[in-house]
Amino acid sequence: MASDTSRLGFYLLLAPILLWLVVLIILPHIGLFVVSISEKIGPREYETGFGNYATFFGEPLYWRTFARTAIMSIAATALTLILGFPIAYYIAKLTRGRTKTTLFLMCMIPFWVSELVRTFGWMILLRETGVLSNFLQYLGLVNGPVEMLYNDAAIMVGLVYTSILFMVVPLVTTLDSLDDSLIEAGYDLGGSSAAVMREIVIPHAMPGIVSGCIVVFMLSLGNYLTPILLGGKDSLWFTGMIYTQFITRFNWELGSAFGFLLLALSSLVVFLGLKLSGRSLSETMGRS
Amino acid sequence: MKHSLVSLFAVVAVLGAQGVQAETLRLLTWGGYAPEEVIAMFEAETGHTVEVTTSNNEEMIAKLRATNGGGFDLAQPSQDRITSAQEEFGIYKPIDMSRVTADLFIPSMLSATAANTTYEGEVYGLPHVWGTSGLVVNTAMAGEVTDYTDLCDPSLTGKVSYRLKRPTLIGFAYSMGLDPFAAYGDTDAYQGILDEVEAMLTECKAIVRTYWDGGDEIKNLLRSGEVVASMAWDTGGWQLNADNPDITFVAPEAGALGWIDTFVLPARGRADDAAYDWINFVMQPEIAAMITNTAGNFTAAVDGDAGVSADLKARYQGSFDQAAIDNIKWYPPVPAGLEALEGATLDRINAAN
Repeated sequence: MASDTSRLGFYLLLAPILLWLVVLIILPHIGLFVVSISEKIGPREYETGFGNYATFFGEPLYWRTFARTAIMSIAATALTLILGFPIAYYIAKLTRGRTKTTLFLMCMIPFWVSELVRTFGWMILLRETGVLSNFLQYLGLVNGPVEMLYNDAAIMVGLVYTSILFMVVPLVTTLDSLDDSLIEAGYDLGGSSAAVMREIVIPHAMPGIVSGCIVVFMLSLGNYLTPILLGGKDSLWFTGMIYTQFITRFNWELGSAFGFLLLALSSLVVFLGLKLSGRSLSETMGRS
Repeated sequence: MKHSLVSLFAVVAVLGAQGVQAETLRLLTWGGYAPEEVIAMFEAETGHTVEVTTSNNEEMIAKLRATNGGGFDLAQPSQDRITSAQEEFGIYKPIDMSRVTADLFIPSMLSATAANTTYEGEVYGLPHVWGTSGLVVNTAMAGEVTDYTDLCDPSLTGKVSYRLKRPTLIGFAYSMGLDPFAAYGDTDAYQGILDEVEAMLTECKAIVRTYWDGGDEIKNLLRSGEVVASMAWDTGGWQLNADNPDITFVAPEAGALGWIDTFVLPARGRADDAAYDWINFVMQPEIAAMITNTAGNFTAAVDGDAGVSADLKARYQGSFDQAAIDNIKWYPPVPAGLEALEGATLDRINAAN
């Protein structure tokens, strides 16, 4: 009787996550896959085949954009880590009490408004008639207006800005759990700052680094707004192509194939990242 | 007891009557086509309630396709995008002309739209709002731009913007002396035209500052002076003209491209009564004038221009003389499958360096 009740409790607790997985993740992906393997041969006529995937590999534009998106996302992730780590270290180790809370809050404040508003903020700053261009002219550093929008650097800035919080939070959590006495012991034993960082802090922060990187990479790869708004005429982004196929070309079949390829790409990069850092997914997710 | 029974009947009768008459109209339309005040007047007069979703041609079709024509009771795509969408996805249902007050519509527009939206003998569209796309130019800084191809003048490098969409292909084709609409039915001839336009636009890419996406984006670019000549809608140019008299809409020498946004009934719409009521309501001359004043474009309503603000009329007449009106190239229905050719061309232009 008791085991019956506990079994019921187990299934009741399991139900929401199962529902979530099946209804919101597995079923849509099955649907997407079915659409992606149907080829259009005429109005309302379809046949099954892998023609859409062949189109992707046959058209250089598609796979080049695909590779470009992946490389830029990886670069954005690395940049976010380089910028985020000192911030997280400062918050976690060099501040106490109120200052710590205030600094942490300041990292979060930009995220109280939507991504669209944040991106428009950057457009106001970077455009030719914008704040930064006028400021540089005022200082006399440049002679005429400078355009900083509509290029890949602007996309990078936008991506790093939109995702840095997701790097800082896991890093602060893992660095917080590092006992200060371990760092002190490192110095006592004659280690230099670089050695302490390399041998003690970074190994301890590794789960935070890996999970932060995974989240930031996923966010960048799947970002739509930032590359579209800040990018220029050559700045193609793969999610933009998926949108185009679905909405303006009415080509859901190719769009679905693109969606699946993006899923495969992100899984592959995360897998490689975990292999390279020598960690398992469960370990990373469990500790941060 | 008797009293309460009577009142119960009364309540049931009232509820029943409301169930028959008052409906919720889920309207899928463009920004400005359903102003708040018009909705309030309509709700007061008919008892229906209106829920507005604003969108554009492609998203309207995508939304309706996703639900096989459900989720909305009335939609407003352009007339050239109706028959192909119906052929491919079957997302609309035919218009019952006996329920439409035909006298409210300008007869020539009603019959032209009916002809363009007929699929398998049934009419699917009624005309509502019409307008054009052409050039929006800062005449003080780029007065020499009078045609689509003038946008590719090297002296304007970094000062030009247009969309990477099908109207751009068609506008440039006309400007280059080609006739894309005549080639709609002939895939090979159309591909030939697309190839010529592709070469032109690829070469032009160095001149372009950015390809714009949304109406607000191009307005900001023009208002700030970062862009001085662009391809855009007439209303955008007239709105900017109100702020800066130098900027206005210019009907290109090759002809402005004319579109008509329509009323269509989604296949699985549930409130046809409300939909027909809305159509007959907004086509009244005074309501049509209110819509013109917010949307900026004129309607297919008889005498709909009588109540339009004098400023807007002046801007319209400044952009279009009679010759320019006669030269408008009206979009014929897009044959199914044509967008795939155009898509490939646009992709190649986008990828070119």
